[in-house]
Amino acid sequence: MRLLLKSLVSTDHKVIGLMYAVTSLLFLLVGFSLVLVMRWQLAYPGEPLPWVGELFGAANAPGGIVLPEFYNQLGAMHGTIMVFLGVVPLAVGAFGNYIIPLQIGAPDMAFPRLNLASYWFYLAGGIVMLASFVAPGGAANNGWTSYAPLADLAPGMGQTMWLGGMGLIIFSSLLGAVNFITTIIQLRAPGLTWFRLPFFVWAQFVTSFLLLLAFPPLQAAAILQGMDRLAGTSFFLPSGLAVSGQALSVAGGGNALLWQHLFWFLGHPEVYVLILPAMGIVAEVIANNTRKPLFGYRLMVYSVFVLGFLSFIVWAHHMFLTGMGTTVSAFFQATTMIISIPSVVILSSLILSLYGGSIRFTTPMLFALAFLPMFGIGGLTGLPLGLATTDIPLHDTAYVVGHFHYLVAPGTIFALFAGIYYWFPRVTGRMMNDVLGRIHFVGSFICMNVIFMPMFIQGLAGVNRRLWDGGAQYAHAQGVVGLNIPMSHAAFALAFFQLFFIANLALSVARGRVTARNPWQSTTLEWGDAQAPVRAYRDPYEYSVPGAPADFTPQGEVA
Amino acid sequence: MHGSIPYTAEVRPDTGLTNPKLGIWLFLASEVMLFGALFSAYALLRSGDLAWPDQSTIVSVPLATVNTLVLISSSVTMVLAWAALGSHRKASPGPDASTPTERLGRYRLFMGLTLLLGCVFLGIKALEYADKFSHGLGPATNNFLGLYFTMTGLHALHVVGGLVVNLYLIGPGTRMWTSDPTRFANRVEVAGIYWHFVDVVWIFLFPVMYLL
Repeated sequence: MRLLLKSLVSTDHKVIGLMYAVTSLLFLLVGFSLVLVMRWQLAYPGEPLPWVGELFGAANAPGGIVLPEFYNQLGAMHGTIMVFLGVVPLAVGAFGNYIIPLQIGAPDMAFPRLNLASYWFYLAGGIVMLASFVAPGGAANNGWTSYAPLADLAPGMGQTMWLGGMGLIIFSSLLGAVNFITTIIQLRAPGLTWFRLPFFVWAQFVTSFLLLLAFPPLQAAAILQGMDRLAGTSFFLPSGLAVSGQALSVAGGGNALLWQHLFWFLGHPEVYVLILPAMGIVAEVIANNTRKPLFGYRLMVYSVFVLGFLSFIVWAHHMFLTGMGTTVSAFFQATTMIISIPSVVILSSLILSLYGGSIRFTTPMLFALAFLPMFGIGGLTGLPLGLATTDIPLHDTAYVVGHFHYLVAPGTIFALFAGIYYWFPRVTGRMMNDVLGRIHFVGSFICMNVIFMPMFIQGLAGVNRRLWDGGAQYAHAQGVVGLNIPMSHAAFALAFFQLFFIANLALSVARGRVTARNPWQSTTLEWGDAQAPVRAYRDPYEYSVPGAPADFTPQGEVA
Repeated sequence: MHGSIPYTAEVRPDTGLTNPKLGIWLFLASEVMLFGALFSAYALLRSGDLAWPDQSTIVSVPLATVNTLVLISSSVTMVLAWAALGSHRKASPGPDASTPTERLGRYRLFMGLTLLLGCVFLGIKALEYADKFSHGLGPATNNFLGLYFTMTGLHALHVVGGLVVNLYLIGPGTRMWTSDPTRFANRVEVAGIYWHFVDVVWIFLFPVMYLL
């Protein structure tokens, strides 16, 4: 307990990074639990949820049967929690805080107290989000995108708390982004020139710019929606709106699409906030386990910048169905096709990095290797969604859900697992258990694919997302609705395999094999001697240099 | 511990920046995006609304003109406060051979004026708001007034934030003038950069909300 209190006020970047890691892993677990309830409902619509169904109360699940309203809450909060409270804080808050200062040889972040404040705002935002489940009317139930006018007019406290929680989370990531960028620009160790930075640092650098510049418009949108809900304005409410057959008594004159523009101006860069740190982690793990420098390191760096820049001008490809006009659609589908180029450059470089390497199939490497095809599937299935013509039938179907889950679940989350297995010995001085790690990997890999692959089939058959019964009442869905049963069982099995990960973490912290300082024989600075003054003498991935005494030459080793 | 972080007070040679100065510029970049989104919302809503009211008949242009002058003057006094410290000359005597104590006195005078002008701005703003409310005009009346209250309100909150920082820098914060004068002058400079930004936002708000 005293340790916890001490950690809550520590300004040490390592402690804050760990606090971020623990908190965000817990939120990932919460978000995952929500979806397990949804998956039960999708597989067995209207049947009582075994064991835990009664716990949700008569207002949400009478007799253990999930009500549609509650299902909507679960859906909205699953998305919100996974993206904003789980993946981003783990990828940026935890890995960024812990690893970046070590990798650039800085004593700490540039603004340690701001760093702590950023964690507090994140925690407060998370608590507000969780508390909204017990608020009058329950949590927000308007989808994680909170489209107006639905979200504007939704009764109860849930949506208002969602807006407040988002405000806190956005402020937290703003403080974090300022801190990361300043740290990377100002606190690089002597000799660590820009092109000697590990790719992970580059990825985090661009990610921070996305957080810095893309989040404020959502802040603005949240303020405007908050005004609509609390002060009676009608920014997102057009004139002549009727609700339940009654004309709405507001001034009107607003624009529902304004919300979508502001939301997706954040929303699309946010996708790259989810994926860039993952690419960074995978690059580190691949270089280390192939014992080779990354293929096309400079090209990858340039690509990540192009990616970051282009991600600001693709947002309206989420809005092809809004009738914004073919000219605008043509622009956004063109930029969307262009942005796939740097993504493919990075992915291809990572794949080509494997060529000719003597690959060590360690647990982190397995996750990193699985990331490549999974991200590939997620990316390629995105192309039909980026073209207006093919997006029209696919929009809002299960296909979309499959597409972005391939990117984020077996994509980003696998990379995050790789990062945890890879840097665990740096954090604790102990190795994680390899057998448990491999069981975790194989189980997760199979389950993820069994869950998400059928979503493409369902989506192509025209089954919409966000359906309480998974499409059971639609004639066109009859051929594919049965797939929900194996998908849901795979989700439950996925939960089972995560137990191996949780047990592995707990066991390894206490009694994992104690290791030397640099168990993976890595080159980057975070594995160097913590006592010696840090200085970089060479490029980040000097593996298998001909004539060198070992197959790795650390960046900090005197030339 | 904080002392061990390099470039907190001194400039990193290859970037030419201290950490706080880079940090505040990055923060302001995000603020540009925040207000930029709101100005965009204004443009979209206004261009799509045929019944947009004649703004200058609703809001008070003379009061806003006075307020613009007040806020610009406060930016000038803010610069003078920073200049009074002689930031580049550290604790050595100033060009007019003034002692550090004399310079702190001059700094306090100008910083005090900045605070005063900031408060005058908020006071006039409050008068304007009260006048609207007394005529039954609120954010819900129409989208122009909705945006007017949202955007000028958010701007006023930024002014309040700046005043809190300035209040700290004229009060307990001055202790640093004796312990670490360079860093103190840097802090005043950074607070000044923020203050000028808040001023700039108003310079956009004034024509958009009152004149156009």
